[in-house]
Amino acid sequence: MAQLSNAAVYASMLVYALALFGFAASLAARRVPLASKNAVLVGSAGAQDVEAPVADEPGRRSGNIALALSWLATGLLIVGFVLRGLAAERFPLGNMYEFSLGAAIAVALTYLIASTRTDLRWLGVWVIGAVLLTLGVAVTLLYTESAQLVPALKSWWLVIHVSAAAISGGAFTLSAGLIGAYLVRQRAEDRGRADSGLASRLPSADRLDLLSYRTIAFVFPVWTFAVIAGAIWAENAWGRYWGWDPKETWAFITWVIYAGYLHARSTAGWKGRKAAIIGLVGFVSFLINYFGVNFFATGLHSYAGV
Amino acid sequence: MTTTVERPRSSGPQLGAVGWMRWGWRTLTSMRTALILLLLLALASIPGSVFPQRGTDAARVNDYLQANPTLGPWLDRLGMFDVFASAWFAAIYLLLCISLVGCIIPRTADFIRTYRKPPPPAPSRLSRMPAYTTVNDVATDSALLDDAEAYLRDNRWRVRRDGDAISAEKGYLHEVGNLLFHLCFIFLLLAVGVGGLFGWSARVIVVEGKGFTGSLTQFDSFRKGRLVNPDQIAPFSVVLQDFSATFQESGQQAGSPRQFEARALVSERPGKPVTEQEFQVNSPLVLPGVKVFLTGHGYAPEIKVTRPDGTVIFDDAVVFLPRDGNLTSTGVVKVPDVEPGFALQGLFLPTASIDPVQGPISTFPAAQDPQLFLGAFTGDVKIGGSVYQLDTTDLDLIGNQALRPGQSWELPDGTSVEFVGFRDFANLSLAHDPGRWLALIASVLVIVGVSMSLLLHRRRVWIRLSPQGDTVAEVAGLSRSGGGRVHDDVREIATMLSKRES
Ligand code: HEM
Repeated sequence: MAQLSNAAVYASMLVYALALFGFAASLAARRVPLASKNAVLVGSAGAQDVEAPVADEPGRRSGNIALALSWLATGLLIVGFVLRGLAAERFPLGNMYEFSLGAAIAVALTYLIASTRTDLRWLGVWVIGAVLLTLGVAVTLLYTESAQLVPALKSWWLVIHVSAAAISGGAFTLSAGLIGAYLVRQRAEDRGRADSGLASRLPSADRLDLLSYRTIAFVFPVWTFAVIAGAIWAENAWGRYWGWDPKETWAFITWVIYAGYLHARSTAGWKGRKAAIIGLVGFVSFLINYFGVNFFATGLHSYAGV
Repeated sequence: MTTTVERPRSSGPQLGAVGWMRWGWRTLTSMRTALILLLLLALASIPGSVFPQRGTDAARVNDYLQANPTLGPWLDRLGMFDVFASAWFAAIYLLLCISLVGCIIPRTADFIRTYRKPPPPAPSRLSRMPAYTTVNDVATDSALLDDAEAYLRDNRWRVRRDGDAISAEKGYLHEVGNLLFHLCFIFLLLAVGVGGLFGWSARVIVVEGKGFTGSLTQFDSFRKGRLVNPDQIAPFSVVLQDFSATFQESGQQAGSPRQFEARALVSERPGKPVTEQEFQVNSPLVLPGVKVFLTGHGYAPEIKVTRPDGTVIFDDAVVFLPRDGNLTSTGVVKVPDVEPGFALQGLFLPTASIDPVQGPISTFPAAQDPQLFLGAFTGDVKIGGSVYQLDTTDLDLIGNQALRPGQSWELPDGTSVEFVGFRDFANLSLAHDPGRWLALIASVLVIVGVSMSLLLHRRRVWIRLSPQGDTVAEVAGLSRSGGGRVHDDVREIATMLSKRES
């Protein structure tokens, strides 16, 4: 069963790689008409979303193929994840390897579900790239044999806590991609060069800003919940809900930085670029918490099989 | 010095003391300051994860200080080993709290005021609003506004109607959530404070068959809040009857613990009935006012030392502290009050093996082939110091021996050392935190509040019969909290108006 799970994960990586090519080709061919710059504004009554794809827009086909491939790959990945759980007879979020699979699924699903509502094919390169990178690190550096849990990890709070953290990881990744795109596009718009190069293939800066805000507005409560669920579990396992263990410290730092992002967006002089940079710093802090702390710090959290 | 030239930026007369205070308060409670304080708080937490902290791992702090004799003391002076208890960390969060209170109070007052009044009238130029659209070819009479008003009310907007325009506002729960969230954040800090002042924690090592009571002398370590009376710890008693551990037998993770379980006889206080209770990691023993957590375990070899004349000078189970994941454990026996003093230094291996490099070492944490390696010493055995360490400077080594359970070893002077058997011991940690319920409630409300605040949006919309023509109506909207939801509202209202039967 564990072998089958590995096979499914490798297969999904292969399909993701194909999808990545598709998204890259689609992005290369694509060019968003300048008219959509003010897409956030409402047009005349009953008008459709201005961003609605034009039927013969170049890159559309390869983008759609890539989306379909991504769905397939995500399905395979979910199969791998479930098999892993069946093999160990427990919820498959017990070590870094499994957590990475979970986070990759969360990134991919968040993206795929969001793209059923609006056209997000231009973001595919980043998202699927991040998913592939996560999986690559997971199967090479983090791989652990499927096994039962150490007693300290046997708790429903752990399942809840880690699931919420995986979902947050997915959405944080998405938000970082959106913010990066925003920074590129904003810069181009400021210099009046929004109709050439990479920037021309992206939606308007206003729209990107709104999308990244929405992503973070969605993930912030989830992350808050993940941290609190972790605290409840810690209280049950160690007798204290908060102990400034390195993992807890970085969870806190990440949380505070994203709170900073939310404030910056409504503070004069911090809107736009500065807020966006805070958002990126928040993502870096999440990554430090995710990788750095497990490898370099020792603490109560460092027993999870890397 | 000549008189100061008026600076170009300064606005008006000199600020008096009151003016300065007012300025200070306004600055402190501004959103920008809050933002900077938040970022500072994040920054200030980083050293807490880079350097070892006294609160969590005092031994590593000492190691660090020894390894870095020049830099270490400076870092220590700066509070780098006690970041979360340091003055500068406290300064940041206290300022943040003050800023928060200074922010919540006027905002609450403001909110109540606006909620009492109907929404403000429509501004004169709706086309300037961020969301704006027109509905063409409609009959612009008051029936249209009647329908619009009914529609808005059905969708739970608060509506104001004057003349040819409607103003409506919605999403007050955004504000409620936001205030709730900021307020509960303060309660959360209060809860942490209560725990810090009135809470205590302790650690105990208990060998199977032995017990302890809720009193300071029985604890191996004890930490208490400032306002805890150490004489009034809970009066319980606990006897550890049985401890069992199981481990992964094979595969990459062989030796990983799989299940720890303890069984204890518990009495809440003297005179209360004794009950048998089981507890595990993640499922603590709950007593009134205290929780007992199982945090680790190890082995306690039973050692009996008999003099040639038959007097037993030592007979007990001795806690050996684990040194690695396979429970290679070390411990000592000290018998200072005999002449000459007698001591044993030992290595207990639950599954013994001899490594060519490391020497005797355990290869599995369960007791599959238990062996005890002992060194015997005589001389001036000092008491004091750690009970787990032996200072061998004034002692003579008189022999070394490996023993299996049941075996005895006769020393040159006729003293006999018997490895009778071994028992498990459990590491228990005890905690009492009277702030935890407040912390839990505050956290739940923090989540509720922040979700309300981020997922609901306060926004205004306006509908006006256009003065320019008979058949045009304007619809405009303004979001008061980001999120862009108002564009959808405006679109929906416009669609509703254009589809309406006239
Ligand atoms: C303890 C530190 C604080 C934390 C963790 C925090 C967190 C947050 C969060 C997550 C939001 C997002 C809600 C939203 O965007 O609608 C927010 C909004 C807000 N915060 Fe704070 N905050 C803190 C301190 C403060 C302080 C000191 C002030 C006052 C100066 C303040 C004023 C505001 C205001 C006015 C909003 C609403 C902004 C908006 O509606 O867009 N906050 N805060």
